[in-house]
Amino acid sequence: MSTLQTVSALLRRELMLAMRRRGDVLTVLFFFVIVASLFPLGVGPDTQLLRLMGGGVVWVSALLAAMLSLGRLFANDHADGTLEQLILTPTPPVIWITGKILAHWMVSGVPLILVAPVLGIQFGLSNEALVVLMFSLLLGTPVLSLIGAVGAALTLGLRGGGVLVSLLVLPLYIPVLIFGAGAVDGAMSGLGAEAHLSLLGSVLILAFMLTPWAVSAALRISME
Amino acid sequence: MLEGKDLACVRGERTLFSHLNFTLNEGELLLVQGANGSGKTSLLRMVCGLLVPEFGDILWRGEKIGAARESYHAEMAYFGHAPAVKEDLTAFENLDFACRLAGIPLGRDEVEGALGHLGLGHCLNLPAKSLSQGQRRRVGLARMLLVKAKLWILDEPLTALDQAALQLVQSLIGEHLQGGGMALLTTHQPVMIPGVEPRFLQLTP
Repeated sequence: MSTLQTVSALLRRELMLAMRRRGDVLTVLFFFVIVASLFPLGVGPDTQLLRLMGGGVVWVSALLAAMLSLGRLFANDHADGTLEQLILTPTPPVIWITGKILAHWMVSGVPLILVAPVLGIQFGLSNEALVVLMFSLLLGTPVLSLIGAVGAALTLGLRGGGVLVSLLVLPLYIPVLIFGAGAVDGAMSGLGAEAHLSLLGSVLILAFMLTPWAVSAALRISME
Repeated sequence: MLEGKDLACVRGERTLFSHLNFTLNEGELLLVQGANGSGKTSLLRMVCGLLVPEFGDILWRGEKIGAARESYHAEMAYFGHAPAVKEDLTAFENLDFACRLAGIPLGRDEVEGALGHLGLGHCLNLPAKSLSQGQRRRVGLARMLLVKAKLWILDEPLTALDQAALQLVQSLIGEHLQGGGMALLTTHQPVMIPGVEPRFLQLTP
């Protein structure tokens, strides 16, 4: 029971902090929109081409935006001492780490899912593809937060941690990108998205089970 | 109750201290002394469980703190260099969260009482970023009063405090000890706690 209380108290605090620092949330969201909007300017106004690459572009932008938000996952708590206090609670670290990642996803992942259809329409995706795009992001963005948390924990307190975290995390994002963009492609070409979505779902389950332990170990190393 | 056995601390290539032994019983105050860089903070972080000793064991009620993690952390409160106060939350929200985290959700009255005790009654609803460094540290100290831990581990609790607060914090530590608590403390200031004879732990390489 007390573990549930810890997680709910943590979620409440994280959401309250996000409300007080709306700028941080909006920065990530605008970054997402701007990156996705740059592609049509680069490749030209060929409708057919844009429709083909739409899903992939939105997914790559989501990946970059998720990475941008990793910096503040543990760094702020580390700087003001609240991370030490979290580690020193009787609650097992894996529990509150999962809570923190969940809060991070709610603040940085969910807005991306909600905005993605607007970008999809810009690229001329079909209605069915838009639904699949949202669904694939719903399964995929939690994985981005989970894997990203490992990178954020490992680079905690390092100089230039921001660059290092992208080198660590981006290669690990590749499967999510392949399955996510593949699902949208499947929906566009009429092959169906089920296969890709189930693979994405299994990646999510795997990441959910394993990464909190990795984050816990990484934090222990970083705190020494 | 709290025992350190043959502890050694190595940071990088340097041995900060070795073969360190201490015990701390109910109602006792242990003052850790040593020059800058002698490993005082490292020792305190070790006793918290944030740092694993290179050598030796720390025992709480006869059990290694790594093995008795949950029960140990439930009875221990740590006040570190950073006061663990979130700038974007008010003093009340900060303390409310700290209590929930410790598993003892408290009412507004109690939190208000603890802040009032530390002379911050009027700051209850101010965001912590508008508080001074010393006031933030007082909020952090109010947390120690609220979470009702038996063992207090205080790293330089007296820095950035004014004269009145210095007195106050020392008397709070005195009350804690008289209530059967224990405290492990580092400070560069002279400590005068009425009714308490502190024991000293000198750190030498």
